[in-house]
Amino acid sequence: MNSLSSHDSADQVAKRRSGSPHISMFMRMLLRAAVLRRGRAASALLAMTVAAAVATAMLNLYVEVQVKLRKEFRNYGANIVIVAKDGQVLPANALKTVEASLAGRGLAVPFAYVVARTSDGKSVVVSGTDLDQVRRLNAWWSVSHWPAANNEALVGARAAQVVSAQGKPFDLRFQERAIQLTQAGTLQTGAAEEGRVYLSLNDFEAWTGVAPTTIEVAASGSPAEVSTMVNQLVQAVPAAEVRPVRQIMESEAQVLGKTRATLLAAAILIILTASVCVLATLMGWVFDRRRDFAIMKALGASERLISGFFAGEAAALGAVGALAGFVIGIGVAAWIGRANFNAPVMPRLGVLPVILAGSVAVALIAAVVPIALLRRGQPAMILKGE
Amino acid sequence: MAGVAIALGAGVATAMIGVATDVGDKISLELRRNHANLVVTPQEDTLDLEIGGVNLKPPSDGAFLNEADLPKIKSTFWRNAILGFAPMLPVSVRLGGANDSQDVTLLGTYFSKPYSYGKDNFITGVRTTSGSWRVVGDWPTDDSQNVLLGERLAAKTGKKPGDTVTIAGQPHVVSGILSTGGVEDDQIVAPLAVAQQILGKPGAVRRVYVSALTKPEDAFARRDPKTLTGAMYDRWYCSPYAQSIAYQLQEVIPFSHAEQIRQVEQTEGTVLSRIKGLMLLLTLAALFASVLAVSAAMATAIFERRHEIGLMKALGAGKAAVAAIFFAEAALLAVIGGALGFVGGSLLAQRIGRSIFDSQITIQPVLFPMILAIAILVSFAGSAVPIRRAVMFDPVYALRGEA
Repeated sequence: MNSLSSHDSADQVAKRRSGSPHISMFMRMLLRAAVLRRGRAASALLAMTVAAAVATAMLNLYVEVQVKLRKEFRNYGANIVIVAKDGQVLPANALKTVEASLAGRGLAVPFAYVVARTSDGKSVVVSGTDLDQVRRLNAWWSVSHWPAANNEALVGARAAQVVSAQGKPFDLRFQERAIQLTQAGTLQTGAAEEGRVYLSLNDFEAWTGVAPTTIEVAASGSPAEVSTMVNQLVQAVPAAEVRPVRQIMESEAQVLGKTRATLLAAAILIILTASVCVLATLMGWVFDRRRDFAIMKALGASERLISGFFAGEAAALGAVGALAGFVIGIGVAAWIGRANFNAPVMPRLGVLPVILAGSVAVALIAAVVPIALLRRGQPAMILKGE
Repeated sequence: MAGVAIALGAGVATAMIGVATDVGDKISLELRRNHANLVVTPQEDTLDLEIGGVNLKPPSDGAFLNEADLPKIKSTFWRNAILGFAPMLPVSVRLGGANDSQDVTLLGTYFSKPYSYGKDNFITGVRTTSGSWRVVGDWPTDDSQNVLLGERLAAKTGKKPGDTVTIAGQPHVVSGILSTGGVEDDQIVAPLAVAQQILGKPGAVRRVYVSALTKPEDAFARRDPKTLTGAMYDRWYCSPYAQSIAYQLQEVIPFSHAEQIRQVEQTEGTVLSRIKGLMLLLTLAALFASVLAVSAAMATAIFERRHEIGLMKALGAGKAAVAAIFFAEAALLAVIGGALGFVGGSLLAQRIGRSIFDSQITIQPVLFPMILAIAILVSFAGSAVPIRRAVMFDPVYALRGEA
């Protein structure tokens, strides 16, 4: 216990007296306490930093997991379907209008359908669409090879049995107009798409002259944003029916809700454990310095000054720990984002004040309890080691 | 203080491990209640001509599955992973009287039909496999002649629950209005027997949707079972991949083709593996926080007892003896705290399970020795440095209070 022995040199004393006596002494004591007892101070600071880092990472993830999982859910494909009313086609500018309403917050893909006949008279559904966009919209499609050239078709696994079992070029007829197509690849989905032949919209319109009847939209954003989008689309394309795909939106809401709830529970548990750990370490640290406390009291310092000193010390520790922890925590969150979601988690600066306030509060609580205990004792008793 | 920290740390670790290992299953269970992930169709079926949910193929065309084969679904190896199935038989019918009739699709299915296979009794139908279907009014029973009207169809015809509609010349009571957000909103949904009666093919089923709990697909899952040999085949067959469950369904239902619905299966596979990964990382973070809490508390506890150590040494105790005493204490503390923490953590995990997922989270008993081992290890690690320092110290200084 040699923290505040009086081996200051004369010029240091003079310097101290020349300055504002209270502030400089206060700072001096703070600094010396940190330097001279660096072992204990470091372990308290370490605990504080780790706790703040864990809390920062948890809060960042909690905010970000929604965004990340929504992105995964967009792989489900469309969450809004725009269908022409009975027996009509969509207006020619419908796709442009829809894309303008989306304004980059989603993907819109047109589909046109006809029933064509194969050379041996069997019927098959042929669809014209924007193949590049479909590839992005329906990530679950299992495609052996995407068409690239003109008059190349993507043939559903079941349709392939009908049109061309050996993968040779095949003919299709629609209202006396014929087209010869080569099979670029096969498509497996486990649903109705497997019974269809997909062409690029250009080839399809040149052949059949039929315009799209359906636009599938994958709108990104929260459920509220998606329903606003549905309303905007109803306004924008009055000639069509706009239907949200409820099954997907409900699953999404459910999964997101449960995940966030679980994450919140985990965050509370982890932050609580970390706080208790910090509390224990800091209390031990402050309590350990009861001799400093006693000496100050014996030298005539007021209780307010001493309490202020210990509280200031704890608050400084909390703040430094919080800042360091915040930086580390952002790194941890970014790493988790990269490892788990293949995309970094954006640092949320809004978390910083929360972490800072929380850390300083925990540090102050940790300082107040031992001080309250020490205040009751006589300095002489403490110095005697009782 | 150290005991409390150990109990707290063990509790948090137990709860997190329990939740993290269960959260994937819980979420996939909920998703499976929302939509099926496998479909069984007749092998030699003609091509469907489906545009926007309306099938242009003549209803009697093509092949059918036999309703009598369906209970065999519950005889597959992974029968416990199969939550339910719903057969579908769409037929096109004329709705309404002679003057204002229209052609609509009537979908025959099970709503919640009790079934038994061997000793198993279970209830299956769309109420199990399509959790997002909502009905205003009542669900029809499977042995009745009552039907559900899709919500857009009901709006078009102005029918309400309790009204009577004429379907293919026969009167049927509308027991409820169905809203699914899909093509069924334009259709009539009726008990399977009604659809079979209209079609004139008793026992006919067009396709069967199956909800099964599966494991996300990996490279091994995509292997063709025909190319696998012996032990590899057994491993593939006995893993709950969507592929192997589909393969087993094909085995039990004659002349059938079973396949995963990729939109559901693939997307959910990714989402679930992301959530599981996140929970795993969080469990690691929780373990780390617990380790930190315990070792900090142990260090503080021992540091505060340096006088005691000084006294022991002054009285002639050797370094080994002092260290042994403290490690023994740490072990005792770890066992008691770990056990208390395990119990508390299990209760906590159950509470979390009940409040978030409305179902129990079961903590595997095998976790208990693991948690105890971790607790002992961590408290040893936390005590090692302070014990070492205390033991090295000259007892005179320790006793004088200058440690």
